[in-house]
Amino acid sequence: MNSGIDLQGSFIEALSELGLPHAIAKALWLPLPMLLMIIGSTVGVLVVVWLERKISAAAQQRIGPEYAGPLGVLQPVADGIKLVFKEDVIPAKADPWLFTLGPVLVVVPVFLSYLIVPFGQSVNITDLNIGIFLWIALSSIAPIGLLMSGYASNNKYSLLGGLRAAAQSISYEIPLALAVLAVVMMSNSLSTIDIVEQQSGYGILGWNVWRQPAGFIIFWISALAECERLPFDLPEAEEELVAGYQTEYTGMKFALFYLGSYVNLVLSALVFAVLYLGGWEFIVPLDQFAGWLGVSETTPWLQVLTASLGIIMTLMKAYFLIFIAVLLRWTVPRVRIDQLLNLGWKFLLPVALANLLITAALKLAFPIAFGG
Amino acid sequence: MTLAEGVQIVSFGILAIMMLGTALGVVLLSNIVHSAFLLAGVFLSISGLYVLLNADFVAAAQILVYVGAVNVLILFAIMLVNKQEDFSKIPGRWIRDAATAVVCFGLFALLSTVVLITPWAENTVSPAVIENTVVTIGEHFFSDFLLPFELASVLLLMAMVGAIILARRDLIPEPVEKQETIATSLTLPERPRELASLGDSTD
Repeated sequence: MNSGIDLQGSFIEALSELGLPHAIAKALWLPLPMLLMIIGSTVGVLVVVWLERKISAAAQQRIGPEYAGPLGVLQPVADGIKLVFKEDVIPAKADPWLFTLGPVLVVVPVFLSYLIVPFGQSVNITDLNIGIFLWIALSSIAPIGLLMSGYASNNKYSLLGGLRAAAQSISYEIPLALAVLAVVMMSNSLSTIDIVEQQSGYGILGWNVWRQPAGFIIFWISALAECERLPFDLPEAEEELVAGYQTEYTGMKFALFYLGSYVNLVLSALVFAVLYLGGWEFIVPLDQFAGWLGVSETTPWLQVLTASLGIIMTLMKAYFLIFIAVLLRWTVPRVRIDQLLNLGWKFLLPVALANLLITAALKLAFPIAFGG
Repeated sequence: MTLAEGVQIVSFGILAIMMLGTALGVVLLSNIVHSAFLLAGVFLSISGLYVLLNADFVAAAQILVYVGAVNVLILFAIMLVNKQEDFSKIPGRWIRDAATAVVCFGLFALLSTVVLITPWAENTVSPAVIENTVVTIGEHFFSDFLLPFELASVLLLMAMVGAIILARRDLIPEPVEKQETIATSLTLPERPRELASLGDSTD
């Protein structure tokens, strides 16, 4: 283990010097990265909401939010505050317990999945062995929350929306998992850190996009379907189902759905960046430059530089993907439910299986290029 | 007691209470949809117990398979066939109840004997610390657990083939003998007549 800047170590040491026992100092450290990640992802959502409003306005030759703050950047905050102050209505014939629990079950797994998103070699909450598998497993909880809120609303539109959401997430989870599996096969590990490490060393040329051309398209389509973004936003298709499972919700409970869907979009973009776009890697291999210049990799200023560059690179890649998702939303029409299920089961699933097989064959044939 | 041990004991307590509570709810609640949702709670707390046992892959697989697939399918089935039904009195009902009670009591007695006679005292730290559970599970699957693994995959294949056959059953519709006129409020009062293209096969 290279010794460089160790924030956790120095934090615990500083508190221990103040007279606190070691265990309590460690317990005080534990919530800090998690809190930082939750705040970060929430702020990320505010940025995405603003971007969505601005880009959609540009796509339709409007101005978009303008008066709240410079260029309307405070508009999402204003939206959030408005939703906080709204009355919390539970319909008379709804099931109050399930009605309240539904949005929670949708949001909590999404935030939990941020555990495995790395922003740098050691800029992450935890490096789990099962990394990316945890994300797939957690994202499968959300349909239960959607079914729950759809059922509890006691409304036909809501129930249909909930059922559609569950069917959609189950069908698209399989091609998603198969696309991820091909990447995992190349990097010999489920850990997100190892997946990025395996792509490092050659700059932009080493990224998985070049080795998984079919895989990344399958992944992106399935991820959009999992997030219920517009080409696939059937569960809340407003022309057919009013607002799907959200129909009866107002106030903070509606805001939870809204927040959950955008956090999920950011998360999917981040995972896409980790799996296919080299995560925190710069477009040229920085470590080797540092080696040529003769700077040791434990130099504090170099560590700060690479860490901040890593965070910036990850976020830039993720927001580029979000930009594509927003543009897709305003250019592609919605598919029908039968087209959606046909696309998932009859096209994406066989293609993903073939992609997996070809990856396995290439890995056996060219172990150098495809991770031996 | 270190911090880690304390956290483990507290989370074990919470998980155990959650599991028992939700399991009792599954059995005792009268609303079947509530029971199905509580079943997800049972599965989630079991997966939490797996995490406490350092079986991280099994825990995630438990969530993916049981919560994400099995439970969602159960909910689907219940919601698509959500029929409220009042059960009528059956004459010989008490025989069923008695048989159920005997079976339940027998199972309970069996499990309690197992719990009582098993020596539970073990080292808290296993001698072989497993670094990567996925690799270890894979090695076992392809060496000493090869037969159960293959049998399970054959079973799954059979289930899949069966499901595909059930889903793809092509129904050949019987030719309709005679078209009946359906009188709605919009039907005009006129004599039913043959469609021009159906009337004559020669032209």
